[in-house]
Amino acid sequence: MVKLPIYMDNHATTPVDPRVIEAMLPYFTEKFGNAASRNHSFGWEAEEAVDRARNQIAALIGAKSKEIIITSGATESDNLAIKGVVEFYKDKGNHVITCVTEHKAVLDSCRALERTGKATVTYLPVDKYGMVDPDDLRNAITDKTVLITIMYANNEVGTIHPIAEIGRIAKEKGIVFHCDAVQAVGKVPVNVDRDGIDLLSLSAHKIYGPKGVGAIYVRSKGPRVRLTPQMDGGGHERGMRSGTLNVTGIVGLGKACEIAGAEMEEENRRLLDLRNKLQAGIFERLDEVYLNGHPTARLPGNLNVSFAYVEGESLLMGISDIAVSSGSACTSATLEPSYVIRALGVDEELAHSSIRFGVGRFNTGDEVDFVTDRVTREVKRLREMSPLYEMAREGIDLKTVQWKSE
Amino acid sequence: MAYSEKVIEHYTNPRNVGSFAKGEDNVGTGIVGAPECGDVMKLQLKINPANGVIEDAKFKTFGCGSAIASSSYVTELVKGKHVDEAMAIKNTAIVQELNLPPVKIHCSVLAEDAIKAAITDWRKHQEPAVESADAVPARTAQEG
Ligand SMILES: Cc1ncc(COP(=O)(O)O)c(C=O)c1O
Ligand code: FES
Repeated sequence: MVKLPIYMDNHATTPVDPRVIEAMLPYFTEKFGNAASRNHSFGWEAEEAVDRARNQIAALIGAKSKEIIITSGATESDNLAIKGVVEFYKDKGNHVITCVTEHKAVLDSCRALERTGKATVTYLPVDKYGMVDPDDLRNAITDKTVLITIMYANNEVGTIHPIAEIGRIAKEKGIVFHCDAVQAVGKVPVNVDRDGIDLLSLSAHKIYGPKGVGAIYVRSKGPRVRLTPQMDGGGHERGMRSGTLNVTGIVGLGKACEIAGAEMEEENRRLLDLRNKLQAGIFERLDEVYLNGHPTARLPGNLNVSFAYVEGESLLMGISDIAVSSGSACTSATLEPSYVIRALGVDEELAHSSIRFGVGRFNTGDEVDFVTDRVTREVKRLREMSPLYEMAREGIDLKTVQWKSE
Repeated sequence: MAYSEKVIEHYTNPRNVGSFAKGEDNVGTGIVGAPECGDVMKLQLKINPANGVIEDAKFKTFGCGSAIASSSYVTELVKGKHVDEAMAIKNTAIVQELNLPPVKIHCSVLAEDAIKAAITDWRKHQEPAVESADAVPARTAQEG
């Protein structure tokens, strides 16, 4: 028996692992000190906890602990990386290269730089699987390029970019490489040296840690990367990010990293099994379902599919005891379907029909069976109600129809 | 966003889903919306040519839950009404009945358009010149 509702939206956020909560608790009560208090034991205790967490975070990505700067989350890390590099290296150039399927935290940071005239930005396209072509990157580089910012793995379709290759190109050309690795850290092996990453954003709440805390890795050697701080104040975090440290959150982030590192291999195998079971179940029972994203270079817990002839929001409504998300316009504030799915060249109609499943640490095989059943049943019901399904079965090519819309 | 009870009720138990048999007489078909926009509504009305009263209605909808509920409600609303009366139905009546939030108003507009398109289609086929040969439900969306 499964307990409802089922949470299968682990790209959006994850529940906090009980072991993480346990590690955090003392820092709310008896160990509440300010890590910047240098002259009493409360402060020392807090500082020690932060140091330990910094080690745990660094270990997960193959960095040194002094290269870890704590932030309020990946949105802040992305802003700091992009704006911080462009401001610091303004005498060197003003060109940034990113990719169309990046998270809004990256895209909107780039837009802000364009708006204020601080940078020009090239947005690389992706192929039908959502992957950037390293040759496109090479061709986009100019002698004014100061930053390449490409995500490790996409939060909607799960596609993993050829990061090590991008890192090599950046190194070759002497350009700083920032990688938003929010969805990859703790899920697939990430190593800043192997991958040639100079700046890396990560977030606790995607790896079974608390919300509102994250970090940015800043390379200290080969080359040393510099940033202009975006938050002025008491000079915390080596001056790169002022503000009293969120000790409880940091302890949670550290513990989450430690667990992820220790259990990644086993967890990946399990998640991959669950994801493949879900995918196979859906594809066996329904015709005209399409996988969005890369068939193999993909996050283990990710499954993004379009159910032709069924609109995404109506499907979500029909499976309301299952938490997943949709690229449908009707679920977004802008009434535009997902820009990520559209960037893969997926038909608009199929973009409206896309559903993202995010299988995570606490999902079970029984839940996957339940979700498979509910989803296939609801898709069948909605197709019986769909004029598009009817037309397609009558052999009408929907692309030749002249639609009337406002 | 939470759905109103009435939307959920219509979505769960939609009324009058389906299509009339091909070639059935006195049926007007309205198809509005476009797949690229994420919504397509097909409304068919069976109208008595002698008195212009809508005797039956069927729908199929590709769209969000509110679009499905709007079309389901509309099939109930128009039954028994004279076409002139049905032509005068405003989307606000649908918004009110289903308690639609502002972002879902366009779903009700679509339903209003579907009624008008279906009746227009029926009227077109009532004109003596095009009568019998053309009584098949329109396969393409309405231009009107
Ligand atoms: C790829 C990516 N980047 C950045 C973020 C933002 O992270 P945070 O919620 O920690 O600000 C997210 C999460 O939504 C994400 O998936
Ligand atoms: S059909 Fe898109 S919001 Fe209703």
